[in-house]
Amino acid sequence: MRRTLDISELKPIVESLLFVSDVPLRSERICDALEVERPLVMQALGELVGEYRDAHRGFVLEEVAEGYQFRTRPEYADWVLRLTKARPVRFSQAALEALAIIAYRQPVTRAEIDYLRGVDSGGVVKTLLERHLIRILGKKDVPGKPMIYGTTREFLEFFGLRDLASLPTLKEFSELAPGELAAGEAALAEAGAEIDDGTPD
Amino acid sequence: MGFDIHLENFEGPLDLLLHLIRKNEMDIYDIPIAEITAQYLAILDAMQHLNLDVAGEFLLMAATLLHIKSRLLLPVSEDEVVEEEEEDPRAELVRRLLEYQKYKDAAGNLEHLPHLEREVFARKFPAPELAEAETGELEAVGLFELVEAFKALLQQAPEPYVHQVETERLSVSDRINAILTLLGDRESLAFMEIFSVRPDRHEVVVSFLATLELVKMRLVRLLQNARFGSIWLYPAVAGDDAAATAVDEENLGYL
Repeated sequence: MRRTLDISELKPIVESLLFVSDVPLRSERICDALEVERPLVMQALGELVGEYRDAHRGFVLEEVAEGYQFRTRPEYADWVLRLTKARPVRFSQAALEALAIIAYRQPVTRAEIDYLRGVDSGGVVKTLLERHLIRILGKKDVPGKPMIYGTTREFLEFFGLRDLASLPTLKEFSELAPGELAAGEAALAEAGAEIDDGTPD
Repeated sequence: MGFDIHLENFEGPLDLLLHLIRKNEMDIYDIPIAEITAQYLAILDAMQHLNLDVAGEFLLMAATLLHIKSRLLLPVSEDEVVEEEEEDPRAELVRRLLEYQKYKDAAGNLEHLPHLEREVFARKFPAPELAEAETGELEAVGLFELVEAFKALLQQAPEPYVHQVETERLSVSDRINAILTLLGDRESLAFMEIFSVRPDRHEVVVSFLATLELVKMRLVRLLQNARFGSIWLYPAVAGDDAAATAVDEENLGYL
């Protein structure tokens, strides 16, 4: 039997494991690797999260996809982009709507997504599958055996969510939301301008 | 009254209706159907005028609106007490609009979350297959991942030669046997190892079928480290009895 590590010894060890992991590291895997009891690992993780949050560092330790991962602070995004020259993924409104429906209502079929959006969502569902944000969970046991969809671990990683329960609360509407009027009006003004010089005769 | 609307801004008929209701400050529980239908149809007209393809969904909604309108025009039944229970013809539309608004709002929330590689960044490792093999729990490969892996390979595979005198056609059973031989005394086989160095499309397709057959015959299990990591073939634990079954084209039905 190995001598048990105390928290001050354990913390830098856990930190080093997090450093080398290329995916969010689950606490269970840390426990298994180090043969340390879970409460102690959780304490080490908790303290590390707090320390990185309070320190003025370029990155923090975040809880994502049921694991822990070092991630840069959002305020430095522009600087990081200068280095990576990556083109961030941009979602169309259609893709976001479909993704929201799948995230909140999973398991869900294409037909349900189409009905809720009022338009065909075949294209966006395919795109979301290819981007690994959603996956086919199986087939629904109804006539036609339609595929049912759900979100992936990559979805949680992408949006920095700990788990599905930490999705923003779905707001129930009993009235129309007034907030978007401004955006709609802006679109209208823009449209007016475009149609003015766009229409023939 | 003009209906200058930037059409691309609308995700669909529900989105357009929501916009019209807001713009006219209508009460969603008491939508003046005649008015909204008129405006909606005027916009469809404008779309056609601009030679935009009006998607079928927009036309379907137009029909729905007209249907609701006609139902509202029907005289209320004499037998009012009994008929009172009948639902307002607009009710389902209202439910759909509110439901749609809910997910539109949720979509906005997703957009505002910090996105990986847009607002936040994590370390990325160029994962060499071997280093990858060391790590992690294996999980079963789904059909979608398998198809994707083959699709990626097909894209690299050269188009078949136009001028070719003689082709050596690989058969699925040959591939099955070849894979089994490769796997023979190995513990596992990387997906890429079952192909020649530069497989042509025919080889990729035949290998795909062979792989599916092997999984179906429970001779091979497909596993991958992490989701969408590289795929590994493992001999199934079933033992050798299954391997004894003769594998030929006729049994497989590829002839």
